[in-house]
Amino acid sequence: MTDHNEVLFKFEGVRYRDVLFIDDFAIPAGKITCITGASGGGKTTLLRLLAKLVSPDEGTLTMFDESLSERHSVMHRREVALLSQQPILFPGTVADNLRVGLALEGKDATDMDLLAVMQSVRLKQALDADVEHLSGGEAQRLALARVLLLDRPVILLDEPSSALDEETESQIIQMVVDIVKAQGKTLVMVTHSTQEARRHADVIATLENGRLKGRDDHA
Amino acid sequence: MTMPEGVLDLTYWQVGLAYGFALMVLVMLKRRGIPREKLLVWATFRMTLQLVLVGLLLGWVFDHPHPLLTALIVCVMVVFAVFTVLRKFREEMGPRLKKVVMVTLPLGTLPVIFFFILIVIQVRPYFNPRYVIPLTGMIIGNSMTGISLGLRSMIDHFKHRHREIEQWLILGAYPSQAVDGVVNSSFDAAILPTLNSMLGMGIIFLPGMMSGQILSGVDPTIAILYQIAIMMGILGGVSLTTYLFLRFGSRTFFNKQHQLVQKA
Repeated sequence: MTDHNEVLFKFEGVRYRDVLFIDDFAIPAGKITCITGASGGGKTTLLRLLAKLVSPDEGTLTMFDESLSERHSVMHRREVALLSQQPILFPGTVADNLRVGLALEGKDATDMDLLAVMQSVRLKQALDADVEHLSGGEAQRLALARVLLLDRPVILLDEPSSALDEETESQIIQMVVDIVKAQGKTLVMVTHSTQEARRHADVIATLENGRLKGRDDHA
Repeated sequence: MTMPEGVLDLTYWQVGLAYGFALMVLVMLKRRGIPREKLLVWATFRMTLQLVLVGLLLGWVFDHPHPLLTALIVCVMVVFAVFTVLRKFREEMGPRLKKVVMVTLPLGTLPVIFFFILIVIQVRPYFNPRYVIPLTGMIIGNSMTGISLGLRSMIDHFKHRHREIEQWLILGAYPSQAVDGVVNSSFDAAILPTLNSMLGMGIIFLPGMMSGQILSGVDPTIAILYQIAIMMGILGGVSLTTYLFLRFGSRTFFNKQHQLVQKA
């Protein structure tokens, strides 16, 4: 179980290229943290640092007091799932796409498991449906289902693609928030909408030109 | 009708007549105003010079067979093949990928060459330059083309399928798992020309080595056996070299933290 007062990620003097400069910032475990700010402010880069897709040029970024640079990258990513703005689906069926992450770890899921996770994201497609025919919103939900099936304790959600309409975007965010709360996971979510952030977040941080401009703890 | 037993000797005059074709192309270029005359003359001159020099060299080597000399020539061919690839992709390769080319080209071709020369053809003596040099040349040349095709395909994949490869990492893939698709399709691109040439062989065209042997009076059935064997050798060389290159080369697109880098 996650201790809800524990610090999960901590930034100390972190600098990444000329995109991000964060002197001191902590993200709590088991809570919902929203990163807001105008586009180009470094929000996506922050998530990429947390997923260890890139590493800071300077400073330290830790997870449970362990420097990310010391953590095995693959094992780290098997704990911290990133749902990108435009997640990539692989050619094939819905079931192929759901199983793909598990297969990397030598695991499998029954069709029942797949149907259950599909239901949790309200996808009604058949498991053998070709992903080519999915709409933008459906593709996003399938990508979410894929992450949920992997059951990672930490989820990083980049704001769903601007190609989606606001209602669909809002629905997806609500779905993630509900699941995260129900399962006691940590969520770090990037959104340009302060409204969305206020509605869901325990902690709101605002990024401006790569620097932290404000932090608001609701909890 | 009797078949000629040996080779029909060509005189310098006869070869001189063949240059008539180059002259014909020169006239065509001039008439059409296509500015390629200089290249045509230069190419004709270089081909002549290079072949004369190689002919003299081979003549000398065949008259003075020695294992070290054969080994040296094989090494020169490998080094030349490596540098050809490095020069062709100078701009697109980083130092790590260049090292992989330097290691995998010899690593992939030499075992195939040894197997082919010593066990399949059973050349006697084992260093006989008359066999070793041309057979080795064909295997190395084709393997070099294989690496070039695989490399081209791999670089393009990393450029255009960057997000897809990163998606694999996000899902918790090791780099080797993330590039599985890239390695497979690049391998496919590299061996396809060899497979296609096998499909057309004997029907659409007669391969060079076989034609050469037939022209020099060798029984076609023997020429065919040699051709089949060398095609298998080429297939083996191309496949092994390209596979090793792609397997190790694809890793250079990631750093120690298993992150994608811009240029390998």
